[in-house]
Amino acid sequence: MAETVKCKKCGAELAMDVLRKHKKICPCCGYYFRMTARERIDMIADRKSFKELDKDLSSYDVIRFPDYEKKLEKAMDETGEKEAVITGTATIGGYPCTLFVMDSAFMMGSMGTVVGEKITRIFEYATENRLPVIGFTCSGGARMQEGVLSLMQMAKISGAVRWHSNAGLLYITVLTDPTTGGVTASFAMEGDIIAAEPGALIGFAGQRVIEQTIGQKLPEGFQKAEFQLEHGFCDMLMGRMEMPKTLANLLALHRQIPEKERRNA
Amino acid sequence: MSAYDKVTLARSSSRAMGSFYIGQIIDDFVEFHGDRRFADDGAICGGVGLLNGEPVTCITMKRGDTLEERMARNFGCPSPEGYRKALRLMKQAEKFHRPVICFIGSPGAYCGIGAEERGQGQAIAENLWEMFGIRVPIVTVVIGEGGSGGALALSVCDSMIMFDNAVYSVISPEGCASILWKDSSKAPEAAEVLRLTAEDLYGMDIADVILHEGYRTEEEIAVELKEMLTKEIGKLKRLSTPRLLASRYEKFRKIGN
Repeated sequence: MAETVKCKKCGAELAMDVLRKHKKICPCCGYYFRMTARERIDMIADRKSFKELDKDLSSYDVIRFPDYEKKLEKAMDETGEKEAVITGTATIGGYPCTLFVMDSAFMMGSMGTVVGEKITRIFEYATENRLPVIGFTCSGGARMQEGVLSLMQMAKISGAVRWHSNAGLLYITVLTDPTTGGVTASFAMEGDIIAAEPGALIGFAGQRVIEQTIGQKLPEGFQKAEFQLEHGFCDMLMGRMEMPKTLANLLALHRQIPEKERRNA
Repeated sequence: MSAYDKVTLARSSSRAMGSFYIGQIIDDFVEFHGDRRFADDGAICGGVGLLNGEPVTCITMKRGDTLEERMARNFGCPSPEGYRKALRLMKQAEKFHRPVICFIGSPGAYCGIGAEERGQGQAIAENLWEMFGIRVPIVTVVIGEGGSGGALALSVCDSMIMFDNAVYSVISPEGCASILWKDSSKAPEAAEVLRLTAEDLYGMDIADVILHEGYRTEEEIAVELKEMLTKEIGKLKRLSTPRLLASRYEKFRKIGN
């Protein structure tokens, strides 16, 4: 029997292969299922254009934190990935770019030193090769199991984003479900253009923590992508159906004019 | 002393924090208020004064002394306006070519509906991004609790001085214990595994200098802190601006590479 999943929103039983064909959007109610990093890359990069970088970087138990090794092994087994982010180069609509794509299936997309290092490296690569960066965020935030080293990745990546920006290069972030904590409070919110997937949870503090702090239930729609748009923290909602086309258009609009032509202009 | 003893000390209500040291070290200090966008956040206080006769911008997290003041200052948990005020004062320092000193001591960024509506994450992110481009020396002094992203937003620096009873952590030991063992009373165990002490941060090349408090009065400690600040700022002032910014990036670039 074919693998099926139940839609979290409308409860419809969906065949996995049908769902995949629909870019993991529920055909009944339009609910966005989470995508793995590989599914995301397949969806937005031109066919066979993606070339992965630093694919063998994997984490180890840097501060000897209880059960971290087991958690890492489990995450690797379940996802077949080495870490919670995949980076590389690709073309979208023929336009070259670099990509980082986070994967919530790997320890909730949490950011430790390897995630920090891979994202930093892709920004440095993009700066050297004068390429734009498109980043898909989804993360519970900094990874507790690597202590303060995880926290410092927020600063490290922000520095790399800044140097990329100083070089006059484009950085687009697409915030996907969920983008929270230290990722929101650093590179997710540092894009020249910030897009969000409809319905995605995007915020700094976790909802349970806020509810405990203020002693009341949060309003409907709090911290959703639509909420962020309304409060001025993202440029647009970007649906999956039009995502490759919209990204290609944004890349085209920011195409780097070669130095020589710019001087003559 | 255990890691959790240090957490307790760092949080202690009787511990002298940034405002005290500004009072001891900085002459003619004038406080500036407001982020020019929405409000004035009492959890962050900043202004300009003289360090050995030279102007410096000082920014500190502030929790207040009396219960009333603490409530007004949100127990030292900054709102987005606090981070935006801090950034405004850093840019002002840049304009007038004076170094910046940031004092850290906060349980973390405030978490509430208003803070989310006004972009707590964006405010912290913007500070991190902007601080890598501030063209004057930045020295951070960690005195109390370095509570996660909320503390990090004032911690991008050229040199970090850390008091030996201060701590800096990705998550509070209580929060960590409740995730790990579903029991926040196991915070002391969590404090050990989180590696949050000054020695830990020094060993990881995050803290550059440790200030050993010893059995001294806060006034005596302030004298040593002033010497350290003078020395660190003196060193940094000799660097050209491009060199300063490159080494600031390098300082963070090598963490966990």
